[in-house]
Amino acid sequence: MLGSYRAELLKLRKRSAVWVLFGAGLVLSLIFGYLLPYLGYTTGDDNPGTDGVPRAQVLEGMLPSHVLDNTIGGYPIFAGALALVLGAIVIGGEYTWGTLKTILTQRPGRASVLTAQFLALGTMIVVWVLGIFVASALCSIGIAAAEDGSMSWPGPLDLLRGLAGGWLVLMMWCLAGAVLAVAFRNVALPIGLGVVWILGIETLLAGVVSSLLPDLDVVTNALPGTNAGSLVFAVTGITAADAPPGVRDAVSGGRALLTLLVYCALFAGLAAWTTRRRDIT
Amino acid sequence: MNETAAPLVEVTGLTKRYGDTLAVDGVDLTVLPGEVYGFLGPNGAGKTTTLRILTGLIAPTSGSVRVLGGSPGQADVLGRTGSMIESPAFYPYLSGLDNLRLLAEYAEVPRERIDEVLDLVDLADRAKDRFSTYSLGMKQRLGVAAALLKDPELVILDEPTNGLDPAGMRDMRRLIRELGSEGRTVLLSSHLLGEVQQICDRVGIINSGRMVAEHNVEDLRGEQELVVRAAPRETAQSVLTEFLGAGTVHLYDDTLRVKVAPDRAAEVNRVLVEAGIAVSELHSTERALEDIFFELTTSEERADVG
Repeated sequence: MLGSYRAELLKLRKRSAVWVLFGAGLVLSLIFGYLLPYLGYTTGDDNPGTDGVPRAQVLEGMLPSHVLDNTIGGYPIFAGALALVLGAIVIGGEYTWGTLKTILTQRPGRASVLTAQFLALGTMIVVWVLGIFVASALCSIGIAAAEDGSMSWPGPLDLLRGLAGGWLVLMMWCLAGAVLAVAFRNVALPIGLGVVWILGIETLLAGVVSSLLPDLDVVTNALPGTNAGSLVFAVTGITAADAPPGVRDAVSGGRALLTLLVYCALFAGLAAWTTRRRDIT
Repeated sequence: MNETAAPLVEVTGLTKRYGDTLAVDGVDLTVLPGEVYGFLGPNGAGKTTTLRILTGLIAPTSGSVRVLGGSPGQADVLGRTGSMIESPAFYPYLSGLDNLRLLAEYAEVPRERIDEVLDLVDLADRAKDRFSTYSLGMKQRLGVAAALLKDPELVILDEPTNGLDPAGMRDMRRLIRELGSEGRTVLLSSHLLGEVQQICDRVGIINSGRMVAEHNVEDLRGEQELVVRAAPRETAQSVLTEFLGAGTVHLYDDTLRVKVAPDRAAEVNRVLVEAGIAVSELHSTERALEDIFFELTTSEERADVG
C-alpha cells in the first residue's frame, strides 16, 4: 500500500494540471478575500464597491482574526468545483489514457490502488488547504501591518477545526468528481455534470424550495453543497450578512459534518464497488 | 521447455460473452514452463480478450483459468507475471523513467531494476524524455520494459512488434528468444505468422473465439518432403521406391513427392542420375505456418457456414 501511495503522489506531484487547479483556487481566494476588499477599502466610502459597508468593517474582514473566513469561505462553491475537477481528472485520466490496465497488472489489487489514489488526493488537498491558508495569512499580516490593524489570531483549535472542515468540504467534492469519473470512465462528462451541479443546480434548487416549496427543505438540506456551506459557516466566524455564496446556516455544524462524512464514504464506496466489479477493457 | 512439469497457464472451457457477442468460446489453452507459446489468430479472434482474462483485467463468463498455480489477478500471481496487453499505456506527462519508477513502486521492485530493463530494451538514452514524445516503437519498447520490470516468471506480450520498424522487430524477436532461453515462460500473441514461426516452441491458433489447434510448431507443420521433377516419371518413382522403401514416394500432379529429410536430397539425386533418369527439379518443401493457419481458419469458417 505504501508503494502504491508513493506512486500516486509521484503522479500528482508531476502533473501540471493539479498545480494549475491549485493556483486557480489560490488566486481566486486572494482576489476575493484580500485584493478586491483592499481596493475597496483604500479607495474610500465613495466607491460603490463599499457602499453601505463601513471601511473599518472592510478592514476587519481582512485582518488575521478573519483568516479562516478568507481561507475556506470559497470552498463550498468555487474551490469545491476545482476539487471536483481534480478528482475527475485524476481518476478519469486512468480510463482515457488506458493506464488503469497498466497499474492493475502490477502487484496491488484494485481496492489497494483506489485506496492509494484517494489517500494521495487527500494529501494533495491538505497541500491546497495549507497553501491557501499560508497565502491568506501572509496577506492578512501584510494588511494588518500596513493599516495598523489588530494582529490577533483565531485560537489553534479554531484554526485546526476550520482547516479540517475546509479539507473535508474539498475532499467530499473531490470524491464526487472521482466517483463520476469511475461511472463514466471519462474526464469531460464528469467535470461538466459536476460543475453544473455545484455552480447551478444546487443553488437553483435551494432558491426554488425556499420560495415555492418550503416543506421540501428537508431534501435541499441533505444535499452536499448545502452541508458544505453549513459546515464552513459553523467553523468560521462568518455572519449570515457577510457570508460568501454557498455559505449559510441551513443545518447545524454537527449535522453538516456527519452528512459530509456520509457523502465521502458513499462516493468512495461506490467508486470502489464499481472498480472492483468492472471489466477493464 | 519442461513438458512434464505442471503448466504455468491452464485454461479450460474459457468463455467470455459481451451481451449477444461471444468473444471467447470454450477456449482450452496450456502453457508449459520455459516455453515460448505463440497465440495466433486474426484480428478480432479473441486473443486480447483471453490475455485480459489471464491478467485479471476482465472476468470470464465461464471456464477455469489457473495462472502460476493461482487465480488471475491475485497479488502473488500478478507479482510473478509481466504483461503488456494491447497498446502500451503510460502517463503522457511523465518521462519513460518516471513511468517505470511509479510502476516499480506499485510492484515493490527495487529501483536498480529500472536501469536494467531500460538497457535491455535500448531506451536508456531517451528515458528522461516525456512519454508523449516517444515514437510508436519507443512506446512499445517501454511497454516491454515495464513487463520485464518484475523479473517475471511468466511474460505475456500482446502483439509486441506492433509499430516497430524492421530493425526494431528483429531486436524485439531476439529479446523474446533471449527471454525464452533464460528459462522464462513467454506467452506471445500475434497475427504475424512468420514471427510466431521464428520465435515460438508451441502455438495455439484461435479463430472467431474458438481454439482451432494447439501443437508444437514442427508438429503442426508436418513432415518435410522432397519435390522431384524427373523423366521418365514412372521409372523415377520405381527407382526411388526401391531405394527408400514402399510408401515413401507419391505422384502429385507431374512431380514426385518423396518423404525424406531435406538433407538426403543429394543422395536422391545421385540414385536417379545413376539410373539414367534426367532430374530437372529437386527441392525440399515444408508447409509454412501460414498455410496451416489459413487451412485451419478457413475450414473453421466453412464449418460455420455449413
